[in-house]
Parts: sequence; C-alpha cells; structure tokens
Amino acid sequence: MATVLETHGLTKSFGGVLAVDDVSVAIAPGEIVGIVGANGAGKTTFVNLVTGYLKPDRGRILYLGRDITAHPPREVTGLGVARSFQIPQIYASLTVLENVLIALVAREGQSLRAWAPLSTRVREAEGLTLLEPFGLTEHAARPVSELPQGGLKLLDIALASALMPRLLLLDEPTSGVSSAEKFGVMDTLVSILQARGVTVIFVEHDMDVVTNYAGRVLAFSEGKILADGAPGVVLADPAVRKAVLGWA
Amino acid sequence: MTVAVVILLDGVLYAAVLFLVAAGLTLVYGVMRILNIAHGSFYALGAYAGTSLVLVYLKTGGPAPLMYLALLAGAVVAGAIAGPLVERLLLRPIYGREEVVQLLVTYSLFLILEDVMKLLWGVDPYYVAKPYAFLGTVTIAGIRYAWYQLLLIAVALATGVLVSLAIRGTRLGRMIVAVTADREISATLGINVGRVYTLAFTAGAILAALGGALVAPLISVAPGMSVEAIVLAFAVVVIGGLGSLEGAALGALIVGITRAAAVQLFPEIELATVYLIMVAVLLFRPRGLFGEWETRRI
Amino acid sequence: MGDPENMRGGKALPLVAAAVFGAAPLVLPGWVTFLLTLAVAKSVMVLAIALLLRGGLVSFGHGMFFAAGAYTVGMAMKWGGMREAVVLTFLGVLAAAAAAALLGLLIARYRGIFFAMLNMAISMVVYAVLLKLYWVTGGTDGIGIRTPTILGVMPERESLRLVMYYFTLVMTLPAFYAVHRFWTSPLGFALRAVRDNEVRVEYMGTSVARVIYAAYVLSGALGGLAGILTGFSVGHIVPDLAYWTTSGEFVFVAVLGGPASIPGPLVGSIAFEFLKSYAYKYAAFTWQMTLGVTMLAIILFMPGGLWTIYEGLARQGRQWRLSWKRTG
Repeated sequence: MATVLETHGLTKSFGGVLAVDDVSVAIAPGEIVGIVGANGAGKTTFVNLVTGYLKPDRGRILYLGRDITAHPPREVTGLGVARSFQIPQIYASLTVLENVLIALVAREGQSLRAWAPLSTRVREAEGLTLLEPFGLTEHAARPVSELPQGGLKLLDIALASALMPRLLLLDEPTSGVSSAEKFGVMDTLVSILQARGVTVIFVEHDMDVVTNYAGRVLAFSEGKILADGAPGVVLADPAVRKAVLGWA
Repeated sequence: MTVAVVILLDGVLYAAVLFLVAAGLTLVYGVMRILNIAHGSFYALGAYAGTSLVLVYLKTGGPAPLMYLALLAGAVVAGAIAGPLVERLLLRPIYGREEVVQLLVTYSLFLILEDVMKLLWGVDPYYVAKPYAFLGTVTIAGIRYAWYQLLLIAVALATGVLVSLAIRGTRLGRMIVAVTADREISATLGINVGRVYTLAFTAGAILAALGGALVAPLISVAPGMSVEAIVLAFAVVVIGGLGSLEGAALGALIVGITRAAAVQLFPEIELATVYLIMVAVLLFRPRGLFGEWETRRI
Repeated sequence: MGDPENMRGGKALPLVAAAVFGAAPLVLPGWVTFLLTLAVAKSVMVLAIALLLRGGLVSFGHGMFFAAGAYTVGMAMKWGGMREAVVLTFLGVLAAAAAAALLGLLIARYRGIFFAMLNMAISMVVYAVLLKLYWVTGGTDGIGIRTPTILGVMPERESLRLVMYYFTLVMTLPAFYAVHRFWTSPLGFALRAVRDNEVRVEYMGTSVARVIYAAYVLSGALGGLAGILTGFSVGHIVPDLAYWTTSGEFVFVAVLGGPASIPGPLVGSIAFEFLKSYAYKYAAFTWQMTLGVTMLAIILFMPGGLWTIYEGLARQGRQWRLSWKRTG
C-alpha cells in the first residue's frame, strides 16, 4: 500500500457553511503530518470525517487502500485508526488506570466479557507502561476528576495510543498542557510512535510544536488546503501566514 | 360509513385534548431540554381544579354560561401556581445534571403530585356534566354530537394558533425561540434565561391543565389520569418531533384517530392501545430523532 | 465515585453478612423472617435496576420481568404440573432472560426518557395481556403458587417459613456473586464507561448498543429471579406485578439503597419492606408522596443513598484504625 490515508474531494457543509471544501490529500505510512489553520478552518471537521464521526456530503476516504467513507467510528477504530479530542473525552467516574485498562481490553476485543476481571497483573503492567510517557503513572490510582486540565488531555492521548493504532489523529494534543511538559511529552510520544511505525496526523495551534515534530504540514483555510509541504516552506508562505496566523 | 364518521369525530376530539397536553410537553422540552414525566399531572390538576371551580360556581347560582369561564379559570390558576413552583424548586437545582437524574426527579414529582391530588380531592371520581349538557346536541352525518365537543375542538385549535402567533409575534416568544436555539448565546445577548425558563414551563403547565379542564365534563375525573396523559403525550411528541408545535398537532391527530379506531374496531385491546401506540411509534420512527438531543461535543 | 474501596477491602463484609443472614431467622420472630425473605428476593430486582442506573439508564418497566419469571413458574406449576423449586427457578430465569433478550433488541437502541418510557409502555402491554388472557393467567385473580418441593423434598408446614428463607438465600447468593463479578469485569466497566462517555466507547471500537444489550439481558434475568422467589414466598401472583407502580417502587429502592454498590440494594430492600408494612397501615394516601419526597431528598442531598451512611462509617472506622496503629 502506497498510502495510509487518502481523501478524494472530501466535502462537508453545516447549514450554509462549507466546513470542508473538496479536500484531496494522500498521507504515506510513517509520516508525521501537522495540520494548521485558523479557528473554523475545517481542521477538526476533517478529523471527524476521516474517523467516521461525520458523514461527508461528497468525496471518499481510503484507509490502507480500503474505502472507509461514512463508516462509523467503531469500525474505523477496529481497522487501526485512533484519535484524541480537542476537549478530552475520558471516563470521568473512573480512575486513570481504569481508563487505560478499558482501552486495552477494547483493543483485545474483550470488552464484553462479564466474568473474568478487567484488572489482571499483565494488563495493569501494560497500562502503567503506557501511562509513563505522559507522566501519569504516579496518578494511576487516582480518580480522573482529580487530574488537572493538562492531565486530562494527556490521558486522552494515552487512551488513543493504547489502542496501538497504525494511524493516529491528535486534535490539539498540547493545548492545555503546560509549556514545561509540552516538549518532553511530545519528544517521548513521537519517538515511541515512530519506533512503532505509526502514521501521525496532529492538529496544532502551537507553531513551535509543529515545526519541531511535523515532517509535513497541511495548512487549512476556509475548508480548503492552502498549502502542503515541509514546515519551513509552508509556514513561511505569506498566504499561509495571513490566513492562519493573521499576519499581513 | 357511520363507523368512519364516528372514528373521525371521536378521533379529532381526542386529538384536540392530546394536542393541548403535548404542546405543553414539547414547548418545555424545546426550551429546557427536559422531558417532564410529571407533565400528565398538570393535566390531571387542571381537570380537578376546573371541575371544582365549576361545581363551586354552580352552587352560587350565577348565570350558566359563566361556568365555562370557571372551567378555564381553574386550569389557568392551577397551571400558574404549580408551574413556577415546580420550576423554581425542583428543576432549577437539576439543570445540566445528567438525564437519569432529571428523569428520577420528575418521576418523584409525579409521585408527589399523585398523592397531593388524592389529599385535596380524595379518590372518588368527580362528575360535572353541566358544561357538556348545557349546550345541547347537533346531528352530523346521522350521529348525535354535543356542541360542547365541537367547542372543545375549536378552543384547542384557537389555542394552538394563539400560541404559534405568540411565539412568532411577541418579544417573549422571540426570546423563547432564541433560548431554544442556543442558550449560551442568548444569555450573552442579555436574555434572562432563568425567567424564560420559568415562563415557558408555566405556559406548558397551563396548556396541559387546559386540556384536562376542557375534557373534564366529558369524563369522570379520578386518580390515574396522569399516567395515561403522559404516555399518550409522549407518543404524540415522539411522532411529531421534540420541540415542534406543528408536530404536536400532527402527532395528536394520528394518535387520536388511531385510538378512536381501536376503540371502535378492536375494543378488546382498548386497554393496551395507548401503550401499543407508543411502542409502535418508537419502532417505526426513524432514528434521526436522536440527532435532536445529541449535541456535538467534539 | 470511589468504588475500588468496596471491591478490594470488602472481603470481611460478605462473610459477616452471610453469618448474620444465616443466623437471623433463628433469633428473629416469624413475621420478620418473612419480611426478610421478601426483601432478599426483591433485592435481586433492585440489583437489576441499579445495574442499569450505573449505565445511566432507568427503566420504569422492569416489573414485566418480575412478572415474566413469576408467571412462568406459576403457569408451569398450574398447567405443567411441575413442583420442583430448583428446576422451576431455572426455567423462570431462562424465560425472563429470553424475554429481555427479545425486547432488548429494540430497547437497547435507546437512552434517556425513550428507554424509560419504552420499558414502561411494554410492561403495561404485558400487564394488559396478563389481565386479558384470564383463562391462562387467571386474570385479576392471578395464580396461586402451591408449596414446591426443594430438591424433591416437600417441606413440612411448620418449617416452611424457615425453608423458604434459606431457599431464597441460597438462590440469591449466586446472583449477588455474578453481579459482583460483573462489576469487576470488562463489561461492567464498559457499562460505566457508556454512562460517562458513549463517544469514547465507540472510539475504542466497542459497541455501546451491545454493552447495553448485554446489561439489559442480565437485568431481565435478575428481575425474573426476584419475581420467582417472591412468588414462592408469597404464594400468590397477580398481574399487578407488571404494573408501572411496581416498577417504580423498585426504582425507588435502588435510589434508596444507593446504586453505587452491591450491598446497597440489599440494605435498601430491607429498609423498604419494613417501611412499607408500617406506612400502608398508617398513611395509605401519602405512600406515593413519601416515596417521591424521599427520592428527591436522596437525589438532591445524598445521592449515594443509605449506603452512603455505611460508607461514611466504614471510612471513619478505617481512619481510626490507621491512627490507632500509628499511635499504638
């Protein structure tokens, strides 16, 4: 398979607003792609479409050459795609570790077992290992409600990562995470993902993060891809600077 | 042929009452996103209050036509008192809490109101046939029909039109529309969302009470009215679409005529038709219904 | 919601409870034993309701599973001539589970008020059927449940109350254990996850509908067991078991006892049975209101129900023990 993800003419509007406008892009395996754009440029809608949360009005989505257009998130996840969210989507009434264990057992396809315990020594060990890069291991037994906002974000990403996907989409992974932690986490996370050969697409507002970790940048503006290329090139493009960063 | 006419007339009559109750339910849902299980209790309250007021009035020996005012007044007073009380005391503390909690709270309210009505009016049924008998009958297609029944339909129709106009034409109505569309933005625009909630809820309660009061002269008012009312109103609202006034009207017609048909043609299952209608509705209603209250969180 | 405490440290509690329940009828008067039997039997239904509550769902129609179990047994005894209690119990539970499996196909697709009202509506249809088919179900008169044999042995008249008590206890123990295993299993966590965040569950590749379906079938089976055991003890079953008020009472007890644990339903059920026997005598007109006000009070001020009191005491006990260890 030459590509991990392809979209062809992907289009979606809400009411009269064209959120994603005829977007065609191809992502190769192992790429680390950053998506930038102003608010409302279509970035999250794009992620929602690709992962099946929204149905496109027009266009196709191919994952590993297979048409996944309009397939629901459950199926897309089963094929090896995972995502994290702008607003962290976690299980608020459970502990940090329990959150991860649920992801692990889901990955094993054992979510519906009703007799054997969720928490086994093997699973717990794997869960704790998974939490390490995010600095959450010491919080493992704490209820999620006690985590600070940044911790919730990191947990959300950990849950996505726990599914061992081949394609990982992160929606604003570092927003809400303190500047001190940001790069440490991204360093560890990206190196782990690269070692596993995971393709990563992440939406970001922090240009430093984009420059440091993305091998390729897609600049979204008003639902279309304005520019597509190396971070240095794209972020220097005056049209991109105007549309995305608001500079004249 | 006669059966068809009977079904039609009975169905429309039934629909008229259902519409009033369902309109209240759907209005409250549209504005506050709460489906009040105790809504049927307002219907029963209206029936009891309207009946009581008429009985009291008739004892005074005043001119008969004014008893209709007493009937209406009973409904309005019942709704106007119960509505704000319930909204302020019970619903305010649970806005934003998850649906399970809201369900349990409105269910608790329903239980409380059941006994409140028993305490106030006892368990024996009330009959007040005078408003019904006073206007006499008319023959339509060979069937005797009471003028009162036609009056009821007319009042329901008029109320529907009035509410629709009020929502479009008055300032309060526009505020209701705004709050229904987007609560946060409405608040930032300076709309007192709390007051809109109270007013909308009270309007809903009055509508239900009105339905109860108007139907009271046709039936015996007794405990147990609330359950049937909420089940039917819920079915109506499910058919018509949550939050839609026109939907409530259409849904009421469908449910009303279906029930009238069942009573005429399959009387053995009359007990269960009410509930079968709801099951059937939920079976065949497209799942697009969920798009209504599943707001995008990501 | 800190459940781990209940699960892990709770080794002593079940043993103590077993001892207490085991010895109870030997020291308590007969009528108390009878009420306890009913309370224990019904607590299994409360478990079922609590199960769904923790999944964020409330059913106002579970009386139909109570009735399904009870009437299967009643009709098997009346028309099928069966007398063996253990066999009948299995049969009834199977029937209730089958009913839940069938209805769940429709119902598990819904949430919130739709779920609640759909359950209610179907249970009222069941009620109507039980009434109408009087030549099979006995109509408003219901069916009398004669004394069954326990493992082939017909209990003596004098010891019947005691026998039914221990029979009920023995039959509910597996249910309690199964629910305990359920809560610590992937499915139990998945159910709580569904309540917290359906979107996330789907994004982990797990089907929310299937989780709810599984929980629904389990809750139906539990409800059926409760109905069967209650039927044996009371000796008589009526269509009212499927009426919405019956279902509503179970919901009340679940909220009363506290849905956040296993012993909660048991405690709530016992409290309720005794409360009911007094309240009906003195305040029949205000029974619904009492339920409503109590439920409101619990929801608004003490969401964990009666169990919160125990949890508070247990926590205090632990803290005292810890400080005692440090100083001692």
